[in-house]
Amino acid sequence: MEPPNPKEQLDREFSDLYRAHLRDVYSYAYYRIGNHHDAEDLTEQTFLQAYRHFERAQRESDGRPLRPWLIRIAHNLAANYYRDRSRKPQTPIDDATVLTAPHTTESLVEGREELQSIIEGIEQLPDDRREALIMRFALGMDNREIARAMGRSDGATKVLLHRATKQLEEIVVRPEPAA
Amino acid sequence: MTQAADFEDLLRAALAPVEPPADLSTRLETTLSNLTELAADELEAWELSSIRDPRNWMRPAAAAVVGTTAGVALVAVRARRRGKARQAQGGNVLDLAEGTLRALADEAGRLLGPDQRSR
Repeated sequence: MEPPNPKEQLDREFSDLYRAHLRDVYSYAYYRIGNHHDAEDLTEQTFLQAYRHFERAQRESDGRPLRPWLIRIAHNLAANYYRDRSRKPQTPIDDATVLTAPHTTESLVEGREELQSIIEGIEQLPDDRREALIMRFALGMDNREIARAMGRSDGATKVLLHRATKQLEEIVVRPEPAA
Repeated sequence: MTQAADFEDLLRAALAPVEPPADLSTRLETTLSNLTELAADELEAWELSSIRDPRNWMRPAAAAVVGTTAGVALVAVRARRRGKARQAQGGNVLDLAEGTLRALADEAGRLLGPDQRSR
């Protein structure tokens, strides 16, 4: 049997990358942008751009996972999205988030308000803190992956995540100001 | 510590992964597969037409970037480079066209080698 040619091999590997991380990129885009329509566009653009540069990324990755590279592309595109259209995330990420996410019906009913307050709290965070939390909790990325995606050191990323969580906790538990 | 862990659990629940819509997956897969096929088709079509149609001889060898080793691509690229050099030196359009055709013939001959050329 003939070995596959390099281009076929590359396409196959890209296809694997796409299947493995479509949900990651879409989740990131959705929590970053705040609506499904633009999240779809951002996801599409991310993979098209990734395809163009896949060969080089593979060469330079030295065998390390490519998820941080993919998320970095999405991160850059999201930054352009806000810059070009002078938009901020559409707040609040509506109830649809909680409904489309794979929660059980029971937890949905019980914890819905609590979860909603966390989502709203996340939207009040500075961009870098919000992104770090999305990568950690929506995508399950570890410190090293987040550091690579955000172009920071592992140490700086650890501090960023810690501060983001603390700030969010303060926002969520902060008592409502008296009327 | 437990409180922190609880809060992280809540965060994990609030930021649960979002499944992409099915039509997005379909659309993206189609786009990507068209993209890869386009590169291959484009290359094939260009190779055939470039032999028949002189207008394509000067076409930038975009398809060659895809990774072909086809001699036709090489001929066109090298001949084009020479055409540019001649253009930079001046001369009229007819001279340029004649020179370009000669360069194509020479380059093809060089690639085929003396044995095949004499056949």
